[in-house]
Amino acid sequence: MTPTIAILLIITFLLSTVGLLLLIWSIANNQFRHGKDAARTIFTSGEEGVGEDPAEKSTQELTEKPDLELSARYQADQSSRKAALAWIASSIVWIVVGSFYGLLSSAKMHMPELLASSEWFTFGRIRPMHLNAVSYGWSSMAGIGIALFLIPRLFKTPLVGSRYAILGSAIWNIGLVLGLGAINIGLSDGKEWLEFPWQIDLLFVVGGALCAVPLLLTAANRTVSHLYVTSWYLLAALVWFPILFFIANMPFTFPGASGATVNWWFAHNVLGLWVTPLGIGIAYYMIPKILGRPIISYQLSLIGFWSLALFYSQVGIHHIIGGPIPTWLVTLSIVHSVMMSIPVITVAINHHGTMMGNFGRLKDSPTLRFVWIGALMYTASSLQGSMEALRSINVITHFTHYTVAHAHLGMYAFLSFILFGAIYFVMPRLMNWEWPSRGLISLHFWLVSAGILIYFFSMTIAGWKQGIELLTADTPFMDIVRMTIPYLEARTLGGSLMTLGHLVFALHFLAMLLRRGESKDQPTLFRSMNKEVIR
Amino acid sequence: MKRALAIMVGAALILLLAMLTLVVMPYIQMSSEEVPEDLKPYTAQQLKGRQVYIANGCIYCHSQQPRDPSFAPGDKDRGWGRPSVPGDYKYDEPHLLGTMRTGPDLFNIGARQPSIDWQLIHLYSPQAVVPDSIMPPHRFLFKTVDKVAEGEKEVHIPPPYGPKKGHVVATDKALALAEYLLGLDHTYPAPTLPQPDVNAQPDDIKE
Repeated sequence: MTPTIAILLIITFLLSTVGLLLLIWSIANNQFRHGKDAARTIFTSGEEGVGEDPAEKSTQELTEKPDLELSARYQADQSSRKAALAWIASSIVWIVVGSFYGLLSSAKMHMPELLASSEWFTFGRIRPMHLNAVSYGWSSMAGIGIALFLIPRLFKTPLVGSRYAILGSAIWNIGLVLGLGAINIGLSDGKEWLEFPWQIDLLFVVGGALCAVPLLLTAANRTVSHLYVTSWYLLAALVWFPILFFIANMPFTFPGASGATVNWWFAHNVLGLWVTPLGIGIAYYMIPKILGRPIISYQLSLIGFWSLALFYSQVGIHHIIGGPIPTWLVTLSIVHSVMMSIPVITVAINHHGTMMGNFGRLKDSPTLRFVWIGALMYTASSLQGSMEALRSINVITHFTHYTVAHAHLGMYAFLSFILFGAIYFVMPRLMNWEWPSRGLISLHFWLVSAGILIYFFSMTIAGWKQGIELLTADTPFMDIVRMTIPYLEARTLGGSLMTLGHLVFALHFLAMLLRRGESKDQPTLFRSMNKEVIR
Repeated sequence: MKRALAIMVGAALILLLAMLTLVVMPYIQMSSEEVPEDLKPYTAQQLKGRQVYIANGCIYCHSQQPRDPSFAPGDKDRGWGRPSVPGDYKYDEPHLLGTMRTGPDLFNIGARQPSIDWQLIHLYSPQAVVPDSIMPPHRFLFKTVDKVAEGEKEVHIPPPYGPKKGHVVATDKALALAEYLLGLDHTYPAPTLPQPDVNAQPDDIKE
């Protein structure tokens, strides 16, 4: 081991230890009371304790109120309307497309003859189309759309330069159509998460950069002095993603085994430094907002932010444990994977601690139910991820369906649930219209929840059994394949329910865009709170 | 704006630190590693086949990286070969290490199944040679003709997996892919492997 490597390892180890000590210190000194004012920046005066779910204050009521702050917020919401809608509406199209490809890939795993004569539908092409459609189409676009809605609220000023974001969404969509088309005709870059040909990647760079313009302009015009923690995550994600995307997509730069390290450095950071900050940032806004209660520890949220940045940026190589790469590199990533429990615990304390005593609200608020379950799954999938990085666990789970289950726990049960919940919150404010049907929200919720449960457990069990059997040559390989088939079929069942849920969601979204249903002065909740007046 | 800028600069710096440790350092170390003498560059035909492998996403079910027997003994015992070293991938752009083993590791598939006829039949109909295989058939890489023209490679598919009428002929893509798979043979010793692990000899590779 060269001295430079040793020094680097020592530095990262020290940083990790400092992070840990900070966490212990803040808990020991009961830092939970500090920074309450900062945590309150998302509320307008007198709003604390009331909560801004559609549950308790309808948009109409806000506009009629002569309160300056409230009407400013109404204006802020309206300022982001077109830009946010452009991104969110596109994301809904992509989740439907992505689910279709996902479901088909799943079915083809146990029905190899299904649509087998066509190269357009061969497993090796539609599987990456699923991944790219849901990660860059659904997750990224919905996340950016919600960020565009949150920015004027967080900075308490109307969105400046929303035209750039609208143009950005058009370019991003063109990039997706071309990219997915390229994979479909066999023009793939051949690296997981980086399949789109690099020439097409340029469109994402331009689309994303255009989206950053309103964010920066609005930040420059902001009227709040303090930046709420959600803005930290959004600003950072905006910096991280372009750097990652640019470096990892540079053509002809990283040959052979070092290409694999760059591949996984990127692929894991897409999760850690792009969708995770978007997801937890949104949850940091939605949970306190709906409960009308600031997060319990603002200091802790900032420690969580910086430790996420420090540790998550270096976990990627745990995807190639046992692979042909230097041991020190793998060890470094394993250490940071385990250290990830620090940001995860700080976020968990804040998200779930704020919920304490308010769990009853899960029965009525769709947003809270989706977002909180998403936050809970963030805690679960991150801790699972830390465990999975340990050599003793990884030797079993690597190369198996277990990893697939874990990926869906993160990208779906965590991120997509938060995005679903946030869309239920955002749309009534953008459209000045309540969701047309309580029943459809409920149906969406139960379909996707049942779907992901079946998906997660069937793949986890299949993967674990597969991994144990793969470790010895006593079991013939084909016996392992046969063993997994019932689980693969169960996955298709779960996937069908999820896809059905997305169709329900998409139709309901369309009805919302067309302002179908009756005009209500009460929000659409899982169950009616009190007298619901239909005007 | 100052605050927002500070957050963004801080975030960028941390990512640069990570990039230094996870991208730059490994790149420097690995690109200077010794390349095994017996490793040959791909032929033009193999490179073409490699593109077919990438285009059809073989990577999503097959890895190309046997692990160390002291870590995961199953890999070597199944005849998948000695653990791979960075030098083995000298000519791989992009890398095709893979992360999934829905199907077996292919690092030494050329040594395990050295017959081009087996490879072609398997591509046309995996189930014809491996009962219950869940690999999708790649019939679109072949064509069915009434009469085999000169210079064309006929593939004798065992019934009932072939077409009812006519002969199956491999297209250029199928031949190139088979050629690439046959070239996946890393049974030579790896000089850079730590000593206790250099016990993988060619005869360890089973059919």
